[in-house]
Amino acid sequence: MYLTRKSSDARSIFNKAMTVLAGSLVVVALIPLLAVLSYVLIKGFSRLNLDLLTKLPPPPMAPGGGIANAILGTLIMVGLASLISVPIGVASAIFLSEFSPPKTAQWIRFATNVLNGVPSIILGVFAYAAFVVTTKTFSAYAGAAALAILMLPTIIRTTDEALKIVPQEIRWAALGVGAAKYQTVLQIVVPAALPTIITGVTLAIARAAGETAPLIFTALFTQFWPNSLSQPTPSLAVLVFNFATVPFKNQQELAWAASLILVLLVLTTSIVSRFALRRKTY
Amino acid sequence: MASQLAAPNQLIQSKSSLGQILDKTFIWITRICAFSIAGVLVLIAVQVGIEAIPAIKAFGLGFAFQQDWDPVKGSYGVLPMIYGTLMTSFVALLLAIPIGVGSAIFLSEDFLPVSFRTVLVFLVELLAAIPSVVYGLWGIFVLIPLIRPFGEWLHENLGWFVLFGTSPSGPGLLPAAVVVTIMILPTITAISRDALTSLPPELRQASIGLGGTRWETIFRVLLPAAFSGIVGAIMLALGRAMGETMAVTMLIGNSNTVNFSLFAPGNTIASLLANQFAEASGLQVSALMYAGLILFALTLLVNVAAQWIVMKVQKF
Repeated sequence: MYLTRKSSDARSIFNKAMTVLAGSLVVVALIPLLAVLSYVLIKGFSRLNLDLLTKLPPPPMAPGGGIANAILGTLIMVGLASLISVPIGVASAIFLSEFSPPKTAQWIRFATNVLNGVPSIILGVFAYAAFVVTTKTFSAYAGAAALAILMLPTIIRTTDEALKIVPQEIRWAALGVGAAKYQTVLQIVVPAALPTIITGVTLAIARAAGETAPLIFTALFTQFWPNSLSQPTPSLAVLVFNFATVPFKNQQELAWAASLILVLLVLTTSIVSRFALRRKTY
Repeated sequence: MASQLAAPNQLIQSKSSLGQILDKTFIWITRICAFSIAGVLVLIAVQVGIEAIPAIKAFGLGFAFQQDWDPVKGSYGVLPMIYGTLMTSFVALLLAIPIGVGSAIFLSEDFLPVSFRTVLVFLVELLAAIPSVVYGLWGIFVLIPLIRPFGEWLHENLGWFVLFGTSPSGPGLLPAAVVVTIMILPTITAISRDALTSLPPELRQASIGLGGTRWETIFRVLLPAAFSGIVGAIMLALGRAMGETMAVTMLIGNSNTVNFSLFAPGNTIASLLANQFAEASGLQVSALMYAGLILFALTLLVNVAAQWIVMKVQKF
């Protein structure tokens, strides 16, 4: 009898009210996601055609056109950035999980997390100081360098996690049959963790493709095809920024279409990685 | 058979010297890569610092307290941008902490079936994946018109209050702060939720056993126990808020003056860099580098503190 709590009790009412409040806060948190996604889908979809993917951006007031040069520029710079950051990132993670003393690993992981928190615009400032100032030109190299630093923490963290999950017995078995350490790591451990590593790299690439701040004053932008790595190079993200702030309807539509491409890229990689990360080799 | 077993020394050989050299080289390559990560942090500080030297010599510490940013006259000060950076971050945290921690509590309790909860957690995390520039575009065309009537009402009825002192003119501190709120929400929710779910179940069992209701348990037992983890989450979010660039640049109006009204245009250090670097020359470049160095120092401080707190918490 005494152990039941009446539902009209002040404590019970407070309990129910708080549950409703917390639930509605989750709804509030998700409204922006739905609002942004639906807007980008609706606004961007009308321009999603072959012209968008094959033509150059139009001059102001002119109709039609596409964002092909920006797509190519993004591919070039993100590709270049991956060429730098994937080997360095994976090698660093191998050191952290396979060879490093625990104390050292802890410090390097700390540095990786701090690097992850450095604002992307600061990476742009750094690339400007290191490349644009010294070579006196905006270039795809400078943009790719900034993106490479941006991608490193994500690659290191996911690879590190992936390698840690590989069971210790597999390393012992490899060493036991006479494999050298580099053979154990490269032929046994890394292949076992490969699906997760690839997922991490894909996530890093998708994030880098949407980053604007590191490119805006390193790679700059052009209305034309990128024809050299040491010249200003267009990108999707900078195109969205530039075209969002001009008063021409055609340019604004192209900005929405470019946003749609970026959002679809991020969404698919996030969802695919969500499922891929669950799979285990051993 | 017997003869093979009798001479094991000839079957088991130590590794060839080539193999040993390959092993050593491999380990050294990975070691150099790993240490280069810490090196990059130092390199950023040094490189940006060197470029900032002319401005540091010219303006000294007064740079941070000077109001004027005028490339024509050659006088530079970043007080308005520091104010804008701190104010947008502060307003964003004020909005994001209740929503983020509230969602974290809801998603760490068993109100919903696990499968549904995982989907919601994933959706909140997706908020962080949408590119900043897309939030900016959305902010210009959707958020600013949406906030305006609300801002006008506040100005008409509470205009005597300094934060609502001007009528909303489009871009301003408030739209920028709202978008930053959206962008830091996933950080607060995800890390606070981790802190809550990793608490030992005995805490909850004991509290319920003593007759506490669910929310009494949350407020008096779980939240205090997860407090440092939640503080770490908020600090990380603060670091992100201060460095957030593109969406803020597109929404804040980029006016280099201190105006205490939330509806007036302002500027942040990050937006200043985004706007002026491409066309800057001479001392202006150096002044921008100095501003960048200040932002780097601020975010580094907040981040190191946050990482330290989160690391301490994870030991339990």
